[in-house]
Amino acid sequence: MSRIEGVLKSLKAQGRKALIPYITAGDPHPDQTVDLMHTLVAAGADIIELGVPFSDPMADGPVIQQACERALVHGTSLRQVVGMVKTFREKDDKTPIVLMGYLNPMEAMGYEQFANTAKAAGIDGILTVDLPPEEADEVAPLFTERDLDAIFLLAPTTTDDRIRSISEHCSGYVYYVSFKGVTGSGKIDIDEVAAKVAHIHELTALPVGVGFGIRDAETAAAVGRVSDGVIVGSVLVDTIARNQADPEQLKQALTDLLHPMRVALDNLTS
Amino acid sequence: MKLTEEMLSGFPDARGHFGAYGGRFVSETLFDSLMTLEKEYKRLKNDPDFQAAFDKDLAHYVGRPSPLYLAERLTRETGGAQIWLKREDLNHTGAHKVNNTIGQALLASFLGKKRIIAETGAGQHGVATATVCARLGLECHVFMGAEDVQRQSLNVYRMKLLGATVHSVQGGTKTLKDAMNDAMRDWVANVDDTFYIIGTVAGPHPYPLLVRDFQSVIGRETRQQSLHQAGKLPDALVACVGGGSNAIGMFYPFLTDESVQLYGVEAGGLGIETGKHAAPLSAGRPGVLHGNRTYLMEDENGQIAGTHSVSAGLDYPGVGPEHSWLKDIGRAHYVSVTDDEALDGFRKLTRVEGIMPALETAHAVAYAIKLAATMDKDQVVVINVSGRGDKDMQTIAKIDGIEM
Repeated sequence: MSRIEGVLKSLKAQGRKALIPYITAGDPHPDQTVDLMHTLVAAGADIIELGVPFSDPMADGPVIQQACERALVHGTSLRQVVGMVKTFREKDDKTPIVLMGYLNPMEAMGYEQFANTAKAAGIDGILTVDLPPEEADEVAPLFTERDLDAIFLLAPTTTDDRIRSISEHCSGYVYYVSFKGVTGSGKIDIDEVAAKVAHIHELTALPVGVGFGIRDAETAAAVGRVSDGVIVGSVLVDTIARNQADPEQLKQALTDLLHPMRVALDNLTS
Repeated sequence: MKLTEEMLSGFPDARGHFGAYGGRFVSETLFDSLMTLEKEYKRLKNDPDFQAAFDKDLAHYVGRPSPLYLAERLTRETGGAQIWLKREDLNHTGAHKVNNTIGQALLASFLGKKRIIAETGAGQHGVATATVCARLGLECHVFMGAEDVQRQSLNVYRMKLLGATVHSVQGGTKTLKDAMNDAMRDWVANVDDTFYIIGTVAGPHPYPLLVRDFQSVIGRETRQQSLHQAGKLPDALVACVGGGSNAIGMFYPFLTDESVQLYGVEAGGLGIETGKHAAPLSAGRPGVLHGNRTYLMEDENGQIAGTHSVSAGLDYPGVGPEHSWLKDIGRAHYVSVTDDEALDGFRKLTRVEGIMPALETAHAVAYAIKLAATMDKDQVVVINVSGRGDKDMQTIAKIDGIEM
């Protein structure tokens, strides 16, 4: 059983929902990323999605685009991001780490080498925003062979046939993009998400994480009520941007934002 | 590799692949739209009503066929092969871009989409899109890098006059690739009512296929005209390559004619060795950007590199996937000329023939002059004059130190 599957199964057994924060590696500085990952875990993260900065993040809004730019100013490379996870693992061998990014940096490193180093560093899953299963013939088997979960996206526009076929290619969890738009752009419609997630649950046994549009404890709880996990990205990255001048204040601000979401999610069960 | 009609019919394959290139590398939200577009295009491609509407627009709105013109003085001065010019600069709006925008705007209308988005570098595609939107009464949004907005203020003004909203893109390198990123972001957010008119043979399947089909009218006409006027097929075709739509439009109908040499001319900028250029086929490697796998300019970590060209329309770090495939199988040759050589080409064609080419086209002119000089007098070189140079007057005046 992969670390992701283990965590999600255990949460389900407890009737709890997964809290999955996203930050961009190297933002605001590569030296801070590992520390920030531990901060997220202390504040209640069950799984961390760690963004690999890319020069052309087409599916992301300005908040994450600027995070990529801040990280790239310091030369943050995929190799370094993998190294960060390795360092993180020295103190934490429980929290699953999902690398989230675009295909080209992986292609540039070479898929086999990437899969090997990712596995060796203790990475658990890979989510490639611009890689649909149709194009993943070459890449996905390399992940599967190494017990790395390949996580794919579902969107409001995904047809039933594709939900079924994408789920077959997917392991760990499926990531449901809650609205049509880029990260950080829109307002989530809870009723619509609830209906769609319920429908996805009919078509696949995989846990469903919902991302895009979750900004506070209230939306986290509303989404947690209908899904297996909530993914929180832009609002955290925005908090990093606003507090980048002071590393200690930054950690406090992230905690202040994430911890109430944890509490709200856990209150759903009581 | 010798290409046959039968082989060509297999490219792109069902998933939009040209060999190792092409494909559909997009976020999930767009996938269904691309599948619908592919399905509808396949249907309409063989629909007589759609084709008749397209042909009618090309004839009466664009002004086709465009002439194939023997540049006698340029030929004499060069002292080699006959140099002929395929005059896409004479199309309505002044470039080949309009062939494609007419086709895609018709597609949008058949699909019932009322809102159009487009990206543009030099502005020619933006102007062509704004033009067809004005004619069809469609809402038009054009994304353009902030640096290009400055370089091409004349075209920005033209687009605004035509009723388009021009979005100045501040992210990244503020050029064409960033405009394409922002156009894709807009598309994801408005996928239900919006049609994205991509300006070149790049992007996710089926765009490289349908843009190539719409631009192939250039090569089909050239083929007929050359047989009729020169009495033979051309020996060489020369076209500039940014994304590569004018080049593929010119090349495609000749791919199975083994005797016809194909030359795509990339922007060598300050020189390939300086790294300041926009020549992915000459000095890049395969990667994935903007929905397709193709040759790219990137650093060792897979980050997309900044580009440089005197011509905003060539200032793109990628290229259409079909060109990547033609390069690998050796069917087309990809070369580059520098900014300075292109400017010489511009001046030469202007002074000797009274035709001011776009700076993009000037790259093809510069290479064709070198090429023709090495060929025999009875041979025929055709340059695709992809656009006229009016839009580049400010750039050239600035280089010449003239205030306008």
